[in-house]
Amino acid sequence: MTTTSRTTSDHRVEAPRVGEEPPADQRSGDQSSGGCVGRSVTVLRTGPQALVQDLGRPGHAHLGVPPSGALDQPALRLANRLVGNPEHAAGLEVLLGGLHLRADTACTVAVTGPCTPTLVNGVHRDSPIHLRPGDELTLGTPTTGLRTYVALSGGVALDPELGSQATDLLSGIGPAPLRPDDVLPLGTPTGIPTGVDVLLPTHVPAELDIPLLLGPRDDWFDDPATQLRQGRWAVSDRSNRVGLRLQGTPLTSAKTGELPSEGLVTGAVQVPKDGLPVIFLADHPTTGGYPVIGVVPEEALPFLAQARPGTAVRFRPQG
Amino acid sequence: MRLRRCGTHAVLVEVDSLGEVEAVRAAVHAAQLPDVVELVPAARTVLISTKPGGLASVRRVLETVDLEHRAETDPREVVIPVVYDGPDLDLVAETAGVGPDEVARLHTSATYSVAFCGFAPGFAYLVGLPQVLQQPRLDSPRTKVPAGSVGVAGEYTAAYPRATPGGWRLIGRTDAPLFDPRRDPAALLQPGDRVRFEATS
Repeated sequence: MTTTSRTTSDHRVEAPRVGEEPPADQRSGDQSSGGCVGRSVTVLRTGPQALVQDLGRPGHAHLGVPPSGALDQPALRLANRLVGNPEHAAGLEVLLGGLHLRADTACTVAVTGPCTPTLVNGVHRDSPIHLRPGDELTLGTPTTGLRTYVALSGGVALDPELGSQATDLLSGIGPAPLRPDDVLPLGTPTGIPTGVDVLLPTHVPAELDIPLLLGPRDDWFDDPATQLRQGRWAVSDRSNRVGLRLQGTPLTSAKTGELPSEGLVTGAVQVPKDGLPVIFLADHPTTGGYPVIGVVPEEALPFLAQARPGTAVRFRPQG
Repeated sequence: MRLRRCGTHAVLVEVDSLGEVEAVRAAVHAAQLPDVVELVPAARTVLISTKPGGLASVRRVLETVDLEHRAETDPREVVIPVVYDGPDLDLVAETAGVGPDEVARLHTSATYSVAFCGFAPGFAYLVGLPQVLQQPRLDSPRTKVPAGSVGVAGEYTAAYPRATPGGWRLIGRTDAPLFDPRRDPAALLQPGDRVRFEATS
């Protein structure tokens, strides 16, 4: 029997308002161009947001280009493995469900992330699922968490930009958010779907206890470890793929000067003048001018991807 | 040079000047370390992030950096055509105590280098600006600066790759293709490049 190491949670939180909006500039992605002619799926409807994501385009920060890519990378990797794709293949990141697709050709799909009702032609199904031409896949709203991942055999095959198909909502690089009638070309399948007996959904904790490595600018704060350990926060509804904004205890700075802008990593916890931390996620700006008190290790980032507004947050500072 | 921890796989190198930033960036770039993922110069820092386990080799390179002397490089030279008719040209001329034509002459007479990029994809901060053109930002930033605008702010000059909000004093515009994610390389200007502006009409 194949299972994953992820466990389930039946915790429920209030339905959030998530302020994720694409930038106002023009986007260049003609969704129907490029890729492998012949295999495709058609978008019939989306929920609040559905994006093409892969593992992003790290390596271009010196040009001002964010890494982007799936926020819950283990979930996308797992979905890809289930349908026989390489882990880096492009799939869909679906915010709060609501996606409705039609298979134009036969393909295998897998749905991962938090527990999300998955229906084919109106009937509940477990991933991975084989779709015949004309079959319709519908995602309900996840019972916990925010982001569900859909992998399709062969992977989404749009033209890459800077080596990736990821949609970067800060910079407007990559395909536009999905809209009804978009046709997504799929590549040629290169592997065999692995199959699974029980696929456990992503565990979404009721309260986040986030490890944090102090630095590079912890010396801007009075007793930073104590402030971080004693503070209490909640995820703000102004959070998006750029960053998780927190509301709660303001962190007080020991310095009043200006910090020249400096490079940022994903997971950096920046403290603006109001003292309320922002944890940068994949679409973060490449540089910033407020001090970064600490950095969340990579292993903890998937939990941030699934944290609904209102989720309680504590920090566990280290070093 | 101070090394500041930045998570498990990155280090922030802090130095005292833009010249030292370029010395660190050029040395790490020249070492061609296979595990370096990002090499991000900024005003007083260089961020270096690596694959897991890659920081040890970065530290060894950093120990050898001579901050006084830049690593020998052969920088690319890029020429950017500019029409000097920006909405703040008269303001910049007045502040500098010269005529608008002299602003264009001064701006085109200098050779610049790309200190770092940031703010938006392909937005390059150029240093080498003549002293009298080193001027403060606008009191109130514009909500939309048109793509291709050429401006000055503090010790920097830059061209806006796309329409964004911005508070720089705008002296002209260019139709140079500053950033196109479908082109390789996507950005016209990269850290270390030499840049000159050329007046066109």
